[in-house]
Amino acid sequence: MGVGIEVASLNAWFGATQALYDIDMKVAANHATAIIGPSGCGKSTFIRCLNRMHETIPGTRVEGRVTIGERNIYNGTSAVEVRRRIGMVFQKPNPFPTMSIYDNVAAGLKLNGFSGGRKLDEIVERSLKQAALWDEVKNDLKKKSGASLSGGQQQRLCIARALAVEPEVMLMDEPASALDPISTSKIEELIFQLKEQYTIVIVTHNMQQAARVAEFTGFFLMGKLIEFDTTQKIFTTPSDKRTEDYITGRFG
Amino acid sequence: MPKRSIRYWWRELADRAATALAVLAVVLVLLPLGAVFTYLVMKGIGSLNWAFLTQTPKPVGESGGGMANAIVGSGIILAIASAIGVPLGIGSGIYLAEYGRGRFGDVLRFTADVLNGVPSIVVGIVVYGLVVVTQKHFSAFAGGIALGIMMIPTISRATEEVLLMVPNNIREAALGLGISRWRSTLSITLRTAYSGVITGVMLAFARVAGETAPLLFTAFGNQFWSLKPNQPTAALPLQIFVYAISPFDEWHRLAWAGALVLIALIMIAVTAVRVVAARGMLKGTA
Repeated sequence: MGVGIEVASLNAWFGATQALYDIDMKVAANHATAIIGPSGCGKSTFIRCLNRMHETIPGTRVEGRVTIGERNIYNGTSAVEVRRRIGMVFQKPNPFPTMSIYDNVAAGLKLNGFSGGRKLDEIVERSLKQAALWDEVKNDLKKKSGASLSGGQQQRLCIARALAVEPEVMLMDEPASALDPISTSKIEELIFQLKEQYTIVIVTHNMQQAARVAEFTGFFLMGKLIEFDTTQKIFTTPSDKRTEDYITGRFG
Repeated sequence: MPKRSIRYWWRELADRAATALAVLAVVLVLLPLGAVFTYLVMKGIGSLNWAFLTQTPKPVGESGGGMANAIVGSGIILAIASAIGVPLGIGSGIYLAEYGRGRFGDVLRFTADVLNGVPSIVVGIVVYGLVVVTQKHFSAFAGGIALGIMMIPTISRATEEVLLMVPNNIREAALGLGISRWRSTLSITLRTAYSGVITGVMLAFARVAGETAPLLFTAFGNQFWSLKPNQPTAALPLQIFVYAISPFDEWHRLAWAGALVLIALIMIAVTAVRVVAARGMLKGTA
């Protein structure tokens, strides 16, 4: 089951440049929350703070509190431990190129010391089914490399890979922006189904996408969270002028 | 068919000319390699026989004999060299690519480049001073250390280069799965760059396999069987050197045969590693 996320006065820096200013947000469990905003507004930085990926870039810094479930992830827990519980899907599909489809899905478990044997087969199958990729690859699981799939399939493979470790939260950083419309709609359908089991935070450039998949939407501008509300409210009667300007296409 | 303009013909011509120049360059590169190999075969094949591959050298004056002990000796020395050079080279390459951003990394990189430029005979002298003199005898072990040291910088820089070519989003994918950094580096990044690392190792191996100078006063050479790594040991390049500068025609012929065997063995070793390494490859692997 998914868990909720509570972000309190989160600040993030790249070197001396501040990228996020005092973000407060409550992400509801088992719902999809969309993050929208123009390029460079800090959307990606924000979700990369939710699984402590931000700090993997040299010279970066984070302050504030992020509570996932019951735990503040910036207090005492190891980053590796945090990332095991929070799956991430990136903008560009990034399967491990020299691994088979099977090994790609199993990578998170195997490399963390899981040796389930038969059980691993089940997990791989279940994850690929959840990611709606199973039927397309079930005959080539160990024969083909992850890199031999099409872009849309690769992205679903990456989703299966993230699901295999059974995270509580799924972070998606523009998961469909590099894909064609058909693959995009497959990914969106997937998000719909995944919501039942996971809490999803999705960054997107595509406002229709946010409207289609997410119950809640946050609008970021220049490192600040301008407005956070139900998607319905944000797209019909936003309370901030800047949100309205952005969603009506007046800038950004 | 539409009428073709002069510009079209000009482009066509330029395209053909560029292709022809590229082909010419390939031929010019292959020519010396072909020449060396052909000449070696012509000179060496006559003296190459079963005895050459199975017998030890005969004393001066007696005809026949072979270089079996030198072939095996080279194998022992190169095994020791690889056992030292490959792990240290790959290890330091990983450090340079994944962690070596700071000053220490720059120092290490500079050191590797300098070491790469150190003449092989100098490496030999140093190992002589440090190992042979303290142990009070020549040995395959000392020869292996000398060659191993020479392998390190080549492997290290090659490993660094190919690891840096692995896209960063692959590393992020691994970290995002909650895989620890060292595990991700070994099992994901290194695995992705694997074929490039193998190439680096093979380059270093082939280079030191033919080295003579650093073995002169480390492995020293031996006219008899010596399978113990702490004894003076024969090596193909050494044996070729000794025979080639001798005044005897018979030995000259054996030296040619030895050179042919050396080249053939290096080619076999490199090809074998390539074949074994390619076996694990999957369809569609970039």
